[in-house]
Amino acid sequence: MKALAIDTSNLVMGIAVVDGEKVIGEYTTNLKKNHSIRVMPAIHDLMKEMNMKPAELDRIITAKGPGSYTGVRIGVTIAKTMAWTLNKDLSGVSSLEVLAQNGKFFSGYVCPLFDARRTQLYTGLYGFEEDRFQAVKEDRLVLRSNWLDELKRLEKRILFLGNDLDLHKKSILEELGDQAVFGSAADHNPRPSELARIGIEKEPESVHHFVPSYLQLAEAEVNWLAGQKK
Amino acid sequence: MKQDEMILAIETSCDETAVALVKNGTEIMANVVASQIESHKRFGGVVPEVASRHHVEQITVVMEEALQMAGVTMDDVTAVAVTEGPGLVGALLIGVNAAKALAFAHGLPLVPVHHIAGHIYANRLITEMKFPLLALVVSGGHTELVLMKEHGSFEVIGETRDDAAGEAYDKVARTLNLPYPGGPHIDRLAQDGAPVLNLPRAWLEADSYDFSFSGLKSAVINTVHNAAQRGETIKPEDLAASFQESVIDVLVEKTARAAREYDVKQVLLAGGVAANKGLRAALEAKFSGLPQELAIPPLYLCTDNAAMIAAAGSIAYQKGKRADWALNGVPGLDLEAQ
Ligand SMILES: Nc1ncnc2c1ncn2[C@@H]1O[C@H](COP(=O)(O)OP(=O)(O)OP(=O)(O)O)[C@@H](O)[C@H]1O
Ligand SMILES: [Mg+2]
Repeated sequence: MKALAIDTSNLVMGIAVVDGEKVIGEYTTNLKKNHSIRVMPAIHDLMKEMNMKPAELDRIITAKGPGSYTGVRIGVTIAKTMAWTLNKDLSGVSSLEVLAQNGKFFSGYVCPLFDARRTQLYTGLYGFEEDRFQAVKEDRLVLRSNWLDELKRLEKRILFLGNDLDLHKKSILEELGDQAVFGSAADHNPRPSELARIGIEKEPESVHHFVPSYLQLAEAEVNWLAGQKK
Repeated sequence: MKQDEMILAIETSCDETAVALVKNGTEIMANVVASQIESHKRFGGVVPEVASRHHVEQITVVMEEALQMAGVTMDDVTAVAVTEGPGLVGALLIGVNAAKALAFAHGLPLVPVHHIAGHIYANRLITEMKFPLLALVVSGGHTELVLMKEHGSFEVIGETRDDAAGEAYDKVARTLNLPYPGGPHIDRLAQDGAPVLNLPRAWLEADSYDFSFSGLKSAVINTVHNAAQRGETIKPEDLAASFQESVIDVLVEKTARAAREYDVKQVLLAGGVAANKGLRAALEAKFSGLPQELAIPPLYLCTDNAAMIAAAGSIAYQKGKRADWALNGVPGLDLEAQ
């Protein structure tokens, strides 16, 4: 199966082209630059390098968030459109699950995270269970302090991954001490080839119904709902 | 060989997810518009983040519906046109990225279109454009007089210095506690009222084609406020009729003056406020005695739609205008630089 994987959900932009088990092309940048301008040229260039036509793809895979609302919509829109118009399968993978793969051989738990402002995190917990590396605590938007409390009770070593760790490392160490382990630079960039690997195995999504996992409502919607309850 | 030119156009600049197919620049094969207005009503206006979310939900559904309705496949499509700007950036990005993916998937040319050029070119779907022409663009975000000497050339000879006409309608409507969007409600009320209140008209400098509606809007608010303090009530119908007359007087007068000065062959109305019955009637009355031909598109081509983007896109395509894969949404895109 030939697949194109696209991740524009956070600062790291990644594209991969795989042919079955084989990763034949992968492109990653970690830049504060506009994904909307850069991602389509990157897809074009990588596919050209692979000498592959869009119609040859069997599946389009996208990171579905959480992350930047605008960012995730760019990848999701491109993936939905390509899958729909070429009549190919579409699959979506949690952006946190993709990042967690960088710690899949760690013996404890793996905690991928993206900063969600106001000391909140987009995060989840992953580890080996039932012979499979998978989510052990589902993805969520959570206050950092609450999350660290929860992790502390697990009494197991936890590997933290993500480029936003600079903002949270101090608090994590204060709360978890030796229980916390940190990846190094290369571990913090989610790899599009991992996105592709997971995406290939997923059940295809319904293209028309597929939407990003924002993990929270739009702010106006939250306020409106609060107003309704009064 | 493709016999006909078939443009597939995408428009997502605000709260409408729209896709159209237009043959040979003027024949509408499909014009699908998924409006989000019901969703935004509860907020009293368009919420950008909510708009962007709806666009992602709708985009492939609307594209599919348009192709089905037109009875064509992507093999019949010559080029993909898309609104590049102006508009809400997050909303624009959905259309732009969908258009890029679509064009890339099928190896088709990608044509960027200015949203206001689209509003003006809605007219090309109903009548031949005769140059030089003058377009009065009145919409939720714009109020301008645009002079066109030929296809694809736009000179803004006047524009609003503050609120757009549609915006003024919506703000006045809010003062009267009418639901969003207020323009059509004011229009309806005005039909049953009389312009008995004395409201200002902003003519600005004698030779200016610019507009200003914020003073009028404030005058309306003050009038309502002062009446309330005196314990009087103003008939909303009369207020609406007075406000509407004030807006229309200025729009019609300046349009007629510019049409004369620039000696144009044709005057085109464009944008969502073109739905206004009073404005249509006043323009028709004014130009019935003047040499310039007046064109007013039907309502469904005045509000945001993609057929108008295809109409403008067809001309741009023929002029060789192309975007590359780096095309971005540009919220403040300049019309004159087109
Ligand atoms: N009958 C009417 N009378 C007056 N105003 C109207 C009428 N119908 C619609 N409007 C106004 O038209 C505006 C919407 O027009 P349109 O959809 O062209 O704007 P937009 O696309 O949001 O703005 P822009 O094209 O400038 O980005 C709203 O402000 C609405 O109140
Ligand atoms: Mg518009």
